[in-house]
Amino acid sequence: MKKTKAVTGLTALTLMAGLFSGCASNNNNATNSAATNTGGNTGTAAGATAAPGGDAAKDIKGDITVITQRTDIVDTVFKDYAAKFNEKYPDVKVNFEALSTYEDQIKIRMSTSDYGDVLLLPTSVAIKDLPDFFEPLGKKSDLEQQYTGLEERTVDGISYGIPITVNFSGVIYNKQVFKDAGVSEIPRTFDQFSAALKSIKEKTDAVPLYTNYAAGWTLTQWEADLATVAGDREYVNIGQVASDDNFVPGQPHYELYKVMYDAAKDGLIEEDPTTTDWESSKADLANGKIGTMMLGSWAIGQIKGLAANPDDVGFMPFPTNADKILVPLSDDYNLGVSIHSKNKEAARAWVDWFINESGYPTTEGGGMSPVKGAELPEILKQFAGTDITFDTLAPAKAGEEGWVDAIDKEAEIGLWQPDFKKVIIEAAIGNRKQSYDDIMKELNDKWKAARAKIVTAK
Amino acid sequence: MPKLSNMSYKNQRILIIFLFSLVPVVLLLTFSYLPVFKMFQYSFTSWNGLSKNMEYIGFDNYKTIFTKPEYFAVFKVSLYYFFATFIQMGLALYFATILSFNVRLKNWFKGILFFPTLLNGVAIGFIFLFFFKPEGTLNTILDLLGLGALQQKWLLNPQLINISLAFASVWRYMGMNFIIFLGAISSIGSDIYEASEIDGANRWHQFRHIIIPSIKRILQLNLILAVSGAIGVFEIPYVMTGGSNGSGTFVIQTVDVAFKYSKLGLASAMAVVLLGIVVLVTILQRILIKEEK
Repeated sequence: MKKTKAVTGLTALTLMAGLFSGCASNNNNATNSAATNTGGNTGTAAGATAAPGGDAAKDIKGDITVITQRTDIVDTVFKDYAAKFNEKYPDVKVNFEALSTYEDQIKIRMSTSDYGDVLLLPTSVAIKDLPDFFEPLGKKSDLEQQYTGLEERTVDGISYGIPITVNFSGVIYNKQVFKDAGVSEIPRTFDQFSAALKSIKEKTDAVPLYTNYAAGWTLTQWEADLATVAGDREYVNIGQVASDDNFVPGQPHYELYKVMYDAAKDGLIEEDPTTTDWESSKADLANGKIGTMMLGSWAIGQIKGLAANPDDVGFMPFPTNADKILVPLSDDYNLGVSIHSKNKEAARAWVDWFINESGYPTTEGGGMSPVKGAELPEILKQFAGTDITFDTLAPAKAGEEGWVDAIDKEAEIGLWQPDFKKVIIEAAIGNRKQSYDDIMKELNDKWKAARAKIVTAK
Repeated sequence: MPKLSNMSYKNQRILIIFLFSLVPVVLLLTFSYLPVFKMFQYSFTSWNGLSKNMEYIGFDNYKTIFTKPEYFAVFKVSLYYFFATFIQMGLALYFATILSFNVRLKNWFKGILFFPTLLNGVAIGFIFLFFFKPEGTLNTILDLLGLGALQQKWLLNPQLINISLAFASVWRYMGMNFIIFLGAISSIGSDIYEASEIDGANRWHQFRHIIIPSIKRILQLNLILAVSGAIGVFEIPYVMTGGSNGSGTFVIQTVDVAFKYSKLGLASAMAVVLLGIVVLVTILQRILIKEEK
């Protein structure tokens, strides 16, 4: 009896997530923990499937199954990809499978040997376990001549995945709403940002900042802006793990979520957060009913697609008090090859083709291409020549790889989970007795205890 | 090749019974006992749910649970469901009694009351999400009745959220209790009623002195089931709020620990603890009920 309830519940979870994410490319940015292994794994480069070149391409045969999270375009855009791919590799038959709640479903399937030939590396799989499930794609030192963003899914110098696109994160806003509110300058600091939100509240009918509380995963997008608040590309993977006090006033995490808390407290968010709706929020932002939302670049294309006037949709960096403005670039999902694949060569050919030749990273992915030397997306060209820099996060120090993630999980903080963000909003609107400082103190204590455990264990 | 007809009747019987019961027993072992056994096994590991290697860490998970009070703080939420249980039983008994006498459209009412039990829990969650929305069904109805002043944000107000969710839970599970009570009440012979009517008993007397004593056992069983259910509340709050805004329960917390923080070992230990609590409560109830006799 009880067991069936749990099963139904899990199905519910799947359904829920499916509904909320709908056709969105619901990519929770992979935790920005540069990842290599600290445990006892033996990933060797010996078995790496090399990408074939030249005439050898004609000899590759076989059927491959590609698993994707893009339920929205699997039957349209991906079919075209397969056709183009077949021009180059005529003897490979590509089948697609789209999963609506990718992360949950793939994890269950990975306990069997049947999880396709080409798939996205789930973010919830511990980095050190990757060699048990995925083919090595080659030495990082060789591959990084060609690609950026490999450090997140590399174990012992061997790379297991290549990012399908590189995202930048910040504030997506409606230019018309800002104009109507009389905000002409893009806000830079926290004070300017909150002043802008207040003007929107006073002078327009738009919701200044829409939190998307109900969907949950949308709140995790804030975490991607941590590096902007810190103003330092080394903070996330190096500074954080070196410190016991990351949630105290003046520290980036404290400042980052203070923006959320203050906006909620001052009534600058939606009226009833518990009943927000992700799908309609995109349309509302596009058409001027919402002023700002904190999201990654992957959402820009979707929102523009719903706008009567796509030029109204703009991107700005998250506010910060740091001297220089840094917009962090982080991997979207990484693409890899299953260790159980029967046609590894064909699978590898697909990975290379998809990232280099399909055009997916910039068109459908909405970010930057991981291929070195690729040009900036259109929406970022406005920042060319300003003091705003776009940069990847510095990987963790040798021997500290994956610590952020390990401490986070041990502490049950959930940096990339919606939970404590929800608590912050609940406290801000008066549903909880805790103050912002109480919440932060609790997180800090958890962090401290878990850090002691992880750091001493290594 | 031995023939079935060559065997003695007794052996034939044994063989047939054995073959017939093989199927349910195999299913039971595969889908109930094995997972529970595995759960006990996992609860002594620090397994993350996917790794190839499992590390046995003895009773560490249990230590963690019992030394951190915040894991048990969520049982406060179960109290709402616990009290709702009594309302649920009361309503079920009330309707069952009324419908066991002669009422017009009796079967139609039975159908209406039993219907929620047939629905999928997830669907019910979504129905009630619409029901409780600020511009949703409940507030609209209040408005139509001229009770606009009573409108609330049912899922936003932290004092109301658990009451709203418990209400949805009552709506969902009452039908089952109702049917069980109805069956029990139907088994009372009509001659007893007749005899009591000759003695001048009214409906209330009949309920008090005939129905209640006759269905005492079933009442106890239903109570035990309902209380265990209140401890393990999961799907309604999970689907509707995901456990946010102070509506999290112990089972939701367990699922979070397993799938959000990848601590499958710890979550298994939590599940074992929950099982222990349910068993304890059940035994306690049995003892208390026995003492009354």
